[in-house]
Amino acid sequence: MMPNTQPLRGSSSVAQDRPDVRQCEDFLVHEARLLDEAKFDEWLSLFTEDAHYWVPSEPDQASPHDTVSLMYDDRRLLETRVRRLASPRIYSQEPRSRTSRIVTNVSLADADADGGSLIRSKFVLIEYRREQQRLFAGTYFHRLVVRDGAIRIAMKRVDLVNCDAPMDGLVVPF
Amino acid sequence: MQPSSQDLSELVQSGRVHRRLYTDPEIFELEMQRIFGVAWVYVGHESQVRNPGDYFATRLGRKPVVMVRDNDGAVRVVHNQCAHRGALVVATEKGNAPEFTCCYHGWTYHLNGRLKAVPLNHGYPRDFNPDNPAMAMTQVPRVESYRGFVFASDVRDGPGLDQWLGHMKTSLDDLIDRAPDGEIEVAGGTFKHAYDANWKVYFENLCDAAHPLFVHRSSIDAAQQQSDDVYSDGSGEIAIRQMRQNGAPYSFWESQVGIWTYPNGHSYLGDYHDDSKLVAALKDPVFKEYIETMERKKGKQETQRIMEVRRWNSNIYPNVSLMSQFQQLRVVHPISVNRTVVHTYSFRLKGAPEQMFRNTISFANIVNGTGSLVLTDDLEIYNRLDLGMSSEGTEWLQIGRGYQSDVPDAQGGRRGKNSTSEVYIRNMFDAWLGLMTNGRDPSEKAAA
Repeated sequence: MMPNTQPLRGSSSVAQDRPDVRQCEDFLVHEARLLDEAKFDEWLSLFTEDAHYWVPSEPDQASPHDTVSLMYDDRRLLETRVRRLASPRIYSQEPRSRTSRIVTNVSLADADADGGSLIRSKFVLIEYRREQQRLFAGTYFHRLVVRDGAIRIAMKRVDLVNCDAPMDGLVVPF
Repeated sequence: MQPSSQDLSELVQSGRVHRRLYTDPEIFELEMQRIFGVAWVYVGHESQVRNPGDYFATRLGRKPVVMVRDNDGAVRVVHNQCAHRGALVVATEKGNAPEFTCCYHGWTYHLNGRLKAVPLNHGYPRDFNPDNPAMAMTQVPRVESYRGFVFASDVRDGPGLDQWLGHMKTSLDDLIDRAPDGEIEVAGGTFKHAYDANWKVYFENLCDAAHPLFVHRSSIDAAQQQSDDVYSDGSGEIAIRQMRQNGAPYSFWESQVGIWTYPNGHSYLGDYHDDSKLVAALKDPVFKEYIETMERKKGKQETQRIMEVRRWNSNIYPNVSLMSQFQQLRVVHPISVNRTVVHTYSFRLKGAPEQMFRNTISFANIVNGTGSLVLTDDLEIYNRLDLGMSSEGTEWLQIGRGYQSDVPDAQGGRRGKNSTSEVYIRNMFDAWLGLMTNGRDPSEKAAA
């Protein structure tokens, strides 16, 4: 395999219609940085027009339609979620959370998942807000596609290791 | 020092209560004994334990208990504690077991909690008797089901469940009536959301018609600005409708919702999202199919009667709240004076089109979801209540809204003349004081 001499940022163009794993990893790091820097509009622009964002409430949850989810957004609700995050009257973000994410163990889970590549990765997320720090960890599944030469998220699934635990409110996306 | 009945009476006054009711650990301990240890407390639904050996581990107040279907078909509630050294016996939330075995020394119990076998039983004192009823996973003395909703009371005497529920049975009826086959089942998983404040503030918010427009401003604005031309698989659309409806003007909240209260601390808020706004407006043929199925099974007149029952939250004191129109049920678990966990469940309506349940799930995600755009602002309010109440700046908290204008209700309760009356909070404190001072609920006396 040829080494990648020119690591690509997530927003950079992709010549082929299937990004390789290294390009996907760069993209995930870019995505995590946008979230940590609270650039939610830019984060939203990484998703396709018919994307889904999903945080199941049960381990190995098969469907978002027959079981409740911590978050399950079609594109329309995801836009509303992001717009709310920018509201000066979002009391659950007064004061704002600060987050730090590590994304690693990136691998190709399925090379041909509904016209895209399914990428599996591990993440650790620390959220600090109002004198309390919370630790989240789990597995990300991103179904990535190429649109107009750029990598885009068609589906993002976040499997938290503690998805079925009693939890305080979840406001900042994973 | 434990507060006396007189101390407690002085903390609940006309139109105001002392902040200690929410912050004092000694009062919390008394509540666990005198409210959660006495009243009819909701445990679970019979569909969670359909077959003999099916069990569901939960808590009665803070006490771990197991609801189980016994071999004779009865639903029992037993304390989840081994009679030997006191260990928790059932360690998983749900499952099926022919018997319960303690993992410490292997003491084994029948499903009804009676001791079945003890290894090395020759080593115990001469008077050791495994048949002694006290040598058991003790049964909660009173367990009753109202049409499948299982409640338990940890005392032998007191009013029966039927009397305790009173008019609120109609809210449980409404949940069942909406199933074309007349049967419902718990389905679709559980949310467990938590906050750092007293258990009482949860119910005090659920029937509060004055808060959504302010607390939920961020999600109202975001939803109102959302273009409808963006892709939705239906779930986002339901969520956005719910948020937009929260943005109804104060005049609507004040006059068109309605708040009703009944003896023993119960209450319900009238609905502000009836089915026609949430489901039929999706132009989804599924709702039409549902109504047709209902009419076929129950007749036109009965279907119309059912569809005209419009309730938002029905609070059955002290620990369960349901949204009968939307197949939601919330169970409040007090953990400590300033920590509470709420478990929420959805129900499937037997005989309804499958898409109805998909809509129920979408609705659950927005009204009860731990990551909901709406609920998270409520959780923030609960946390701020506890932070603020720790101050000694104000000793007395105001619950007097509507005090002078409440009116009697035909079913023996009181309702707010305006929908934003805090009558339901005063009504809960009437019940609270009655239970805490071992007296009768003053509102029950009024109704008699």
